[in-house]
Amino acid sequence: MNAPTKAVGQDEAGSGSHPSGDDRFARIDEAMRRHRFEQDALIEVLHAAQEHFGYLRADLLQYIAHGLKLPPSRVHGVATFYHLFTLTPRGKHTCVVCTGTACYVRGVERLLAAIESETGAVPGRTTPDGRITLEVARCVGACGIAPVVVFDGNAEGSQTAESALDRIRKWNDHGEE
Amino acid sequence: MEKNELVSLVEAERASRRPVQVRVCTASACLASRSREVAGRLRSAAGRAGMVDRVDVREVGCLRLCSAGPLVKVEPEGVLYERVGVEQADSIVGAIGGGRAEARIGDPSGPFFARQLPMVLENSGVVEPERIESYLAAGGYGQLDRVLRELTPEEVVEAITRSGLRGRGGAGYPSGLKWATVAKMPPGRKFVICNADEGDPGAFMDRSVLESDPQRVLEGMAIAGYAVGAEQGYVYLRGEHPLTIHRLRLAIDQARRLGVLGSGIFDSRFNFRIDLRIGAGAYVCGEETALMASIEGRRGTPQPRPPYPAQSGLWGSPTLINNVETLANIPAILREGAERFARIGTASSKGTKVFALAGNVCRSGLVEVPMGTSLRTIVEEIGGGAPEGRSIKAVQTGGPSGGCIPASQLDTPVDYESLKALGSIMGSGGMIVMDDRADMVDVARYFMEFCRDESCGKCIPCRAGTVQLHRMLVRIRDGQATRDELHRLERLCEMVKHASLCGLGQAAPSPVLSTLRFFREEYESRLTGG
Amino acid sequence: MSVHTLRIDEKDVSARAGQTILEAASENGISIPTLCHLEGLSNVGACRLCLVEVAVVGGGTRLAAACVTAAAEEMVIQTDTDRLREYRKMIVELLFAERNHVCSVCVANNHCELQEMAVSQGVDHVRYDYLEPRCDVDLSHPRFGLDHNRCILCTRCVRACDEVEGAHTWDVSGRGTLSRVVTDLNAPWGASETCTSCGKCVMACPTGALFHQSSTVSEMIHERTRLSFLVDAREKKQWHA
Ligand SMILES: Cc1cc2nc3c(=O)[nH]c(=O)nc-3n(C[C@H](O)[C@H](O)[C@H](O)COP(=O)(O)O)c2cc1C
Ligand code: SF4
Ligand code: SF4
Ligand code: SF4
Ligand code: FES
Ligand code: FES
Ligand code: FES
Repeated sequence: MNAPTKAVGQDEAGSGSHPSGDDRFARIDEAMRRHRFEQDALIEVLHAAQEHFGYLRADLLQYIAHGLKLPPSRVHGVATFYHLFTLTPRGKHTCVVCTGTACYVRGVERLLAAIESETGAVPGRTTPDGRITLEVARCVGACGIAPVVVFDGNAEGSQTAESALDRIRKWNDHGEE
Repeated sequence: MEKNELVSLVEAERASRRPVQVRVCTASACLASRSREVAGRLRSAAGRAGMVDRVDVREVGCLRLCSAGPLVKVEPEGVLYERVGVEQADSIVGAIGGGRAEARIGDPSGPFFARQLPMVLENSGVVEPERIESYLAAGGYGQLDRVLRELTPEEVVEAITRSGLRGRGGAGYPSGLKWATVAKMPPGRKFVICNADEGDPGAFMDRSVLESDPQRVLEGMAIAGYAVGAEQGYVYLRGEHPLTIHRLRLAIDQARRLGVLGSGIFDSRFNFRIDLRIGAGAYVCGEETALMASIEGRRGTPQPRPPYPAQSGLWGSPTLINNVETLANIPAILREGAERFARIGTASSKGTKVFALAGNVCRSGLVEVPMGTSLRTIVEEIGGGAPEGRSIKAVQTGGPSGGCIPASQLDTPVDYESLKALGSIMGSGGMIVMDDRADMVDVARYFMEFCRDESCGKCIPCRAGTVQLHRMLVRIRDGQATRDELHRLERLCEMVKHASLCGLGQAAPSPVLSTLRFFREEYESRLTGG
Repeated sequence: MSVHTLRIDEKDVSARAGQTILEAASENGISIPTLCHLEGLSNVGACRLCLVEVAVVGGGTRLAAACVTAAAEEMVIQTDTDRLREYRKMIVELLFAERNHVCSVCVANNHCELQEMAVSQGVDHVRYDYLEPRCDVDLSHPRFGLDHNRCILCTRCVRACDEVEGAHTWDVSGRGTLSRVVTDLNAPWGASETCTSCGKCVMACPTGALFHQSSTVSEMIHERTRLSFLVDAREKKQWHA
């Protein structure tokens, strides 16, 4: 089944104007419509919402609960159960440190400690200046080149505390835009 | 698409092949070392050298020796290049047809490859995962076609039973028996689920299979659907791996477009569609009842069994749930015949097993060996032992649900029973080598932390027990615990193991119990008087 | 309707098809400790206090949660072995260590199922670290209150609100030891748009986690039986006949 690229139903004037004034809501509508507003699609719809908004704001959860006719507490329960969903905004950059077994065996915990003390961030949180979100992942699938750190979506293997800190310092130096 | 159209598609694909194939690995680890750029450079190098009609640059799946990536293999010459940099492209192209490239040459007949038996991985590093034509040209979907024409569903189930195949998701449940149970349920809505959650935090086999040869798993699912009477399949995939999601989504779309999935497959009356469900980061969702709750859009908390999914699964319907590797075995079993398959392996464990070999080992990557191969062969011959002249202390299998096998037991053959006898499990195939620097109490602490963080929180022994066990292990590691505490640890392990609701809690104490069994002195020597 | 015969604690008992071990036992006057089970609600098998030992063919026993395991022909069950007593004790201790149960200042003091369980299981001290998590108290609802310090995450409130009242105001958020019961989108209970203020969750709660703000403690005890009475009456259509 292919998702209709054009919105079906009472959508006026092609794509774009959503009653809320924020077109990204139309993307959520689209995801819900693709799943025929079935309640089982909650996780898929949350994925779509997070993709377009970056994180799951309370009003989005409310909107989705209404759209799928689900109790709000259930939507909240699901959104907070899964690690990949985040209810708080992310930083400008993300640094995901793999703490899977291969990376653990190759000493990633020392590397992580170094990043924590350099940035002042703790895993799962964003630095107060909103610049860097530090996260940990349990195996990013590149164990052959452990330890692995993912900088803004790009996985880098054979990391050391020095190489990782270098990368992060570069963000801090060029991060003024 | 009509069958004859498919046939001509395959012919066109075969005819389009040029004499020399340059295969560039574009699976996760090599991609992280910029192999896609390497592929691009090789293509333009071939252009510059005026060899475009002689040389094909193909983006293939995992070439298995991931630690030496990016890997490039030139066929039919059989030359393997390791750690290929973009600047080496011209030289590699220049060396085609004789000559030596300015690049590190690997040994495709060395022990890493020679001791392996690729069956599940037969197409890995050979076919192009993003092009279904490539899979079809390698004989793909041939078994689905044959099964639909020649075999009844009962005969398919029977063949799987005779093959002796056991589930590769960890527990080793006989697949034929599981299929038969679902097949025997009254006709009506049934489902096939491919468990691609792969939550073991040091394992990448299932992901590599899907990144390298996704169509094979889809074919296995369709055959399973025919055998048990299901028309709908789901692949439940981790949300953490965009590449795997991308390739699988592409694979499903392509299969649908060509009509090898959909209605009236290969002009038969069999319909089968497959949808993707993306998880969102929860190890417990690999547990089958939690996985189904997640597909239904709920919190991934396990349910008590029985009822088993085979009787009442997804939305209450009979559901066959199998691991990626289990399903990837199906086309090969049907092609080679159940009896030939059953000749590989040991009395109780048939066929091959794919391991993700990593940790303190010289060569890490994807390894497929016949069941019954010794751990020593895998870690010392294939893996080349520990690097920097160190010695191996232990091998961990089964991840957070498994155990640490000491070096003294390396002659143990890998099969379900032998590993279990050592207090570990086969698991889904993560194999982590630890060298003499490893602190086994800390290893136990590491896995307990994982289980604590991944506990769904539903039942008390696991939710509250793992928290306490973790604290005890930290104290023991730091030399702040008494002998009393060690006793408390052991008793709590017993309780959590036997009283927890699901496999996560039940197996959470395993890494502690196995390190206590083989490395007890590391615990004892740190106890304080008190 | 088919009937099974089985042995529970050396006593021959019969069970109707579909009955759980817990039901069969209680009809025969054998009591098995429970916390997450509540008459009238679905069973989730979460607290594990109702574990019993079921003999397996070929020797030995396996553990099964009595509230979610169907009674079957020729089962041989022990409900009160040394091993089970030890496990139950540990489970209760883990609960006391997990949150802040200061019974002497709790509204449910002397009327708390957790406290009773501790007494009946002979828990006189806790062998584990008190985790002392920081927990909130929500007094925003005009009539009821929620004290997370006393919550054991049995989900009886969630099920009562969903299955009996049909409001589904409650659910569980987070996971593992960080799980919390929440109303709606984790808003204060008093601001809930779904709560009908029926009070069924309060009746269902085994501890002092959910309480009537004004009421005296002694009311709580009848209330739990009232909930199952309500469900029973509804199922048997006693109000419609
Ligand atoms: C906590 C937990 C995690 C699991 N994770 C996985 C997993 O990631 N992949 C998998 O195939 N099976 C996993 N399993 C096993 C599945 O529940 C199930 O047994 C398996 O998918 C059945 O497939 P098989 O018979 O082909 O092995 C897990 C089980 C538990 C208890
Ligand atoms: S054992 Fe752990 S993961 Fe499994 S149900 Fe219990 S709390 Fe959840
Ligand atoms: S008072 Fe009634 S409606 Fe409100 S939360 Fe409790 S059970 Fe639900
Ligand atoms: S509030 Fe009460 S009923 Fe609800 S989960 Fe907590 S202890 Fe159980
Ligand atoms: S453990 Fe880090 S990539 Fe697998
Ligand atoms: S990822 Fe390239 S060899 Fe495995
Ligand atoms: S009463 Fe059976 S598990 Fe709680």
